[in-house]
Amino acid sequence: MSFEFHTSEALINSAYLVAGVMFILSLRGLSSQQTARRGNLYGIIGMAIAIAATLASNPDLLVFAEDGASYPVGKFHPLVFAAIGGGAILGALLAARVGMTQMPELVALLHSFVGLAAVLVGYSLDLHQLPPLSERIEIFIDVWIGAITLTGSILAFLKLRGSVSGKPLLLPARHVLNLAMLIGSIVCAYVYVRDGNQVGLEIGTAIACVLGVHLVAGIGGADMPVVVSMLNSYSGWTAAAAGFMLDNDLLIITGALVGSSGAILSYIMCKAMNRSIWNVIFGGFGAAPPKSAGKPAAPAGDVQDIDPVTLAERLKEAKSVVIVPGYGMAVGRAQHAVRELTEVLRARGVKVRFAIHPVAGRLPGHMNVLLAEANVPYDIVLEMDEINADFPETDVAMVIGANDIVNPAAEDDPTSPIAGMPVLQVWKAKLVIVNKRSRAAGYAGIDNPLFYKPVTRMLFGDAKDAVEKVVAALKA
Amino acid sequence: MTVTKLGIVTETRPDERRVAASPQVVAKWVKGGWEVAIERGAGVRASYLDAHYEAAGATLVDRKTAWQADVVVKLRPPVLEPDGTCEADQMRDGATLVSYIQPSEHADLVAKLATKQLTVLAMDQVPRISRAQKMDALSSMANIAGYRAVIEAANRFGSFFTGQFTAAGKVPPAKVLIIGGGVAGLAALGAAKGLGAIVRAFDVRPAVEDQVKSLGGEFLTVTIKESGEGQGGYAKEMSKEFIDAEFALFRAQAKEVDIVITTALIPGKPAPKLWLADMVELMKPGSVIVDLAAEKGGNCELTKPGEVIEHAGVTIVGYTDLASRMAHVASDLYGTNLLHFLDEMGGAAGFKVDLENDAVRPALVLEHGEKRWPAPPIAKPAPKEAKEAKPAVVAPPAASAPPPKLFQGHGGPNPKPPSRTLGVMMSAFGILAAIGFLLVRYQMSDSTHDIQTYKLLQHLTVFVMAIFVGFQVVWNVTPALHTPLMSVTNAISGIIVVGGLLNARGGGGGLPNGLIVAIVATFFATINIAGGFLVTRRMLAMFRK
Repeated sequence: MSFEFHTSEALINSAYLVAGVMFILSLRGLSSQQTARRGNLYGIIGMAIAIAATLASNPDLLVFAEDGASYPVGKFHPLVFAAIGGGAILGALLAARVGMTQMPELVALLHSFVGLAAVLVGYSLDLHQLPPLSERIEIFIDVWIGAITLTGSILAFLKLRGSVSGKPLLLPARHVLNLAMLIGSIVCAYVYVRDGNQVGLEIGTAIACVLGVHLVAGIGGADMPVVVSMLNSYSGWTAAAAGFMLDNDLLIITGALVGSSGAILSYIMCKAMNRSIWNVIFGGFGAAPPKSAGKPAAPAGDVQDIDPVTLAERLKEAKSVVIVPGYGMAVGRAQHAVRELTEVLRARGVKVRFAIHPVAGRLPGHMNVLLAEANVPYDIVLEMDEINADFPETDVAMVIGANDIVNPAAEDDPTSPIAGMPVLQVWKAKLVIVNKRSRAAGYAGIDNPLFYKPVTRMLFGDAKDAVEKVVAALKA
Repeated sequence: MTVTKLGIVTETRPDERRVAASPQVVAKWVKGGWEVAIERGAGVRASYLDAHYEAAGATLVDRKTAWQADVVVKLRPPVLEPDGTCEADQMRDGATLVSYIQPSEHADLVAKLATKQLTVLAMDQVPRISRAQKMDALSSMANIAGYRAVIEAANRFGSFFTGQFTAAGKVPPAKVLIIGGGVAGLAALGAAKGLGAIVRAFDVRPAVEDQVKSLGGEFLTVTIKESGEGQGGYAKEMSKEFIDAEFALFRAQAKEVDIVITTALIPGKPAPKLWLADMVELMKPGSVIVDLAAEKGGNCELTKPGEVIEHAGVTIVGYTDLASRMAHVASDLYGTNLLHFLDEMGGAAGFKVDLENDAVRPALVLEHGEKRWPAPPIAKPAPKEAKEAKPAVVAPPAASAPPPKLFQGHGGPNPKPPSRTLGVMMSAFGILAAIGFLLVRYQMSDSTHDIQTYKLLQHLTVFVMAIFVGFQVVWNVTPALHTPLMSVTNAISGIIVVGGLLNARGGGGGLPNGLIVAIVATFFATINIAGGFLVTRRMLAMFRK
């Protein structure tokens, strides 16, 4: 549909422009912790402007149908306001209730909503009246990407919640299957676009739904940060596609911002795990079975353990301590105990810092949020590249609930499945403490030679429990 | 006959301050069974007093008695007077002398010593094999000379070595060029680097490159494929083409550097002339040249051995006694080399000349007066001989190369786009897809929809620009805030609510399917907006210093 140009339309478009700028400022604000809150505020203002402008638009504007007839766009249906109110309340509840450990689930869920909304908007447009041919292409693309985002995100959400096994599903002919679905989609698109046959759109949507599931099903549980970033990107492209469909530049701008943001995050995550981005997009990634052929000399030797009291003594003597948290810390809800340990040590004049690997946790930056929640000051929480060079001068490195991200095999053993992945070089510290519940291998299913190093002592037991005992011994 | 008497004699050359051993070394000899006799006052000029030697267990004796020992150790070759007498004449027939000899230059001295049926071992001929490193006096002394050369240069240089920012302005760091990356060159490199200078080192041997770099110097060489790796770790003489290229490089460097330290020696030959008069004239006034090869004639054409001269404002230091200028430590190190050498020969208990010993045999000049030098070659040339010359850094790296790029995507506090190529690739991909889409659509469009095509073109422009902006903005997001980034993008992608709203109008009171669907879309999009912004706010509130 094309709007006749009108003063009110000019106003709306100006408002959209302002909203777009606000969104850009919002992302820009995230460049540092100091400006981040203001950034979020810009985002809210932008959104408020966009919605207000849309709601205030003139109901007498004329719409031209394909046959040349015209009619006013009309007033908003009263139920719309109910939908907005209900959605806002539900969203607020979700935001208030979610635990920081569940952030990945929430993010995945919200991605699926974007996908769902895009699919619905597409159908709505299609159902109002048969759109012209050129517009049908855009509807199809919007619905197709939206459907992939929708089902992919739902599966990711279920995997993150643990409702669905994190194991990758690897169908034998998965690439052929993907290709077949792609071709099927193109055929459906052709049918729908050329003939306006809605069956084409419906079957296309169904195929996209299956494709979304299949793409995410092929990815293993440990690689969820990449999946979530990727879906973030898809949700952006979905919004951009909706913008093309609706002739709306604000949607296009926002979609492009979100899409590139997700793409960058995926790229960073892939780099941090030394994986190819194509492998991620086309699935079957994160499932490379440990190459057992010619089993590279399993790190023989015994692990040496340490009890909390002895560890406390060593910590008292230390000048510099680096704590490496992993998802295990979040699972064990040990972040508060870790913060207490940090406080006690800092009160004694020990320099305590945190080393965060890019893929620690289930979401990019997840560890930072968890530590922030536990009131750990962000200026002692450092990224891998900032701190890796400092390990040789570190007296005690404490690994809490992390495994693969501190595995020296990534550097030493070219046959290791994680070879080449950048890791935190904790083993260069004078003493390495590894807290683990048991002796099981990490997510990548690889043994960790770190445990057998002469500088390493194992602190077996539940993370929270063990750290609390150390704190008690330090205070004693 | 057991050999147990060890004599240490005073060095008689006027500019020589060193002595063959320090009290610490003497103590070890005494402990090892030697009876050490030292000439009174032998160590005074190296700040070792007689009392120190006495305390270490040595006997203080007069000059003659010291020379009469079974084994006499000294540093410089015995002085052969013009009248044919020699200080070594005081030795007993058949005794042993361990000292610098330089037999290739001192044939007459060797002949003279032979008349006394002496056994003579030359410390300067100890082979440069790894086993003999602890006896390698040349390396010990070269190390000291290299260090001292930098100190001498600094002493005469009118500015700082290290760059400084002072309230009165900026002082650039001194630029030091070291020619020859042997022991002395590397020692000079380390010392100059330690003072904060920018140091470049030139050598004809490619193998030196790693050592230069490991000390933090820049390695210069020329492109011509020719390895200067000669026998025994020394450099050999090079071809004419090579030397021309080398000189061109030196002339370029001469204009830039403040200090030149030359250390190039070719065994048994006069030092090669590498720094010509015109190069000296190219240098800035106030620059300093220290010629470590002065004793062999000097690498610089203008060097006057043993003197400091000035030419066109450039100071040229030609001292031949740099190691002697640090006599205290030099004596100790030389003594330690001697200690290891005598141990290698069996020590006090089993002192003998073993012709099978590959560390001792090359140093043997005379055995009971019979000439044993030069030893049959057993040393192999250095292993990497025909190694290709590295692509040269012919142009002086005035602006030094940028440091190696590290990946720092999720890392550094202010990550720069680590991969422009990714951005370019994705944009190119996007643009290609867009053009393809445009073409397809253009073909399918009927005349009534031409305006649509124009609009589409506009939208594509906006889309591509927004991707670029997104890339720029998101790369600057600090990694610690990646989770809030995701939640805030969740929220703003709720902008699709606008799509829901636009389709949720009209209907004239009824509820057609299209309207219902649009309302549901609005509902979900709003969840995103509210949920995304609020959870972001909650998270950001937690981040505190």
